[in-house]
Amino acid sequence: MSDYEAVIGLEIHIELNTQSKMFCDCEVAFAGEPNTRTCEVCLGMPGSLPVTNEKAIQYIAKLGLALNCEIANFTQFHRKNYFYPDMPKDYQISQFDLPVAGKGYLDIESDTGEFKRIGITRAHIEEDTGKMLHISRTGRIHGADYSLVDFNRAGTPLAEVVTEPDIRNPDDARIFMQSLRNIALHLGISDVNMEEGSLRVDANVSLRKVGQKELGTKTEVKNMNSFRALKRALDFEIARHTKLLEAGERVVQETRHWDDAGGKTTSLRSKEEAHDYRYFPEPDLVPLTLKPSYIEEIRATLPELPEARRKRFEDQYSLVPHDARVLSFEKAVGDFFEESAKDYKNYKSLVNWIMGEFSYHLNNQGLAIDECALTPKHLVQLLKMIDDNTISGKIAKEVFDEMFNTGKLPSVIVEEKGLTQITDQSEIEKVVDMVLEENPQAVTDLKEGKDRALGFLVGQVMRLTKGKASPELVNKLLWEKIKQ
Amino acid sequence: MITKKDVEHIALLSRLDLTEEEKDKLVNQLGQILEHAGKIASLDTSKVEPTSHAVETKNVLRKDVKGPSLSQEEALSNAPEIEEGSFVVPKIV
Repeated sequence: MSDYEAVIGLEIHIELNTQSKMFCDCEVAFAGEPNTRTCEVCLGMPGSLPVTNEKAIQYIAKLGLALNCEIANFTQFHRKNYFYPDMPKDYQISQFDLPVAGKGYLDIESDTGEFKRIGITRAHIEEDTGKMLHISRTGRIHGADYSLVDFNRAGTPLAEVVTEPDIRNPDDARIFMQSLRNIALHLGISDVNMEEGSLRVDANVSLRKVGQKELGTKTEVKNMNSFRALKRALDFEIARHTKLLEAGERVVQETRHWDDAGGKTTSLRSKEEAHDYRYFPEPDLVPLTLKPSYIEEIRATLPELPEARRKRFEDQYSLVPHDARVLSFEKAVGDFFEESAKDYKNYKSLVNWIMGEFSYHLNNQGLAIDECALTPKHLVQLLKMIDDNTISGKIAKEVFDEMFNTGKLPSVIVEEKGLTQITDQSEIEKVVDMVLEENPQAVTDLKEGKDRALGFLVGQVMRLTKGKASPELVNKLLWEKIKQ
Repeated sequence: MITKKDVEHIALLSRLDLTEEEKDKLVNQLGQILEHAGKIASLDTSKVEPTSHAVETKNVLRKDVKGPSLSQEEALSNAPEIEEGSFVVPKIV
């Protein structure tokens, strides 16, 4: 490690999943034919007037409360003026000095198990911009010949969350983003999908000597479209700063673009471009007063958040802290566990299957828990079949594999493939006798105390019964026969 | 007072391409406008709440209900140039 420490602050944009846009009733949706969800308002035509979506205000207040922010009693919109073709009005309706949510914090748990409090500077509401497609013959953003603009996204309610520069390493930045994403999912205010752009993050990075108070010169990194990209981009940028500083050079304050394929950041704007947004109060929208009673009403509708759920999992299901944390981290995983736990009371076994076999399969196929064919009903039925000795634990893994891929219920799979465990003693006895007869050497070895031979004999029986014999029974029978 | 540099900066932000003559003219005119507006500063406003709007109305909100949008054809009808259902704009980056 060098003598420098990284100082990271994040600026996060979350597209809210309201039915209609922020200031007009055009539908909010992802993708689709370009320019089919626009109107006079979101195209910025003269004479059109915006009207605020009440749900978007509720959502940003919810998010603010979940991030322990002070919610403003008086809030208003400002125009952020800039010339860029992604906004047809040449300004974006945003918030400036009177955001809905002020100072707050979010506690995260590092990979080391250490809890860290990350300050939230503010959370405000604004409208999203349109989408630009840069057309070039070389495929490089810098070499674009012209651009295509699709305004379907323009006007979508957008929450912007700004953190204090409290983050010290790329892993914590990633964990913060994952935690924030989980909160948004619990609140049900967004799809928070980084690949689709409903969750976006820009990072401000600077380095300073360990122990130094003043901040170093920062760069802003954009275009990180996954948690992994965020981590990689920050790693790269910190290494770049370190190299510059150690060589006695200076970091240039600028915006840099993360090139995921190339694994590097590049300067986005060569020209010095002063940000001069000339914010002024949006004359077309009157201010909002959020009464304490309104804020309390919203607070009352807040669902259980990941941290509270983790604690409840420990109490209600007697889970160890690690298991409770893993299960409550993602909402869908926690939901799956709780749904299963309604019908299956051996929670430890349930946890082991969810965190073991299930997450192995999910990771393997790159699926989220709510994207696969397997439901709590499947898992519970499978576990019950193991418990009542219908199938062995080994066969259960085979059945799991099949039901994960096909969505068939375990009872159907077991029936179709004839996987029911053989618990009929006489049937197993026949196979045991056969195996003993065919392997006199192993029998002798076992009698001489070479225990390894037992494993071999059990294996032979399991092989002949295609794994369907109850291992306990096989063991018991073999011993009995040998001792005779 | 407003300087020529200020005018050039504002012109850049507004994407206006001004001649030297126009710049000089605007230094004058904008200066006069500012001077006129500056008269407000002579008033004692220490006991006046800052206002952003001339009307007292607050909390105008609409329900979150989606409605019809313009067709793609209508949306693009004012565009000087169209490609693949999108507005074509000159290169920016």
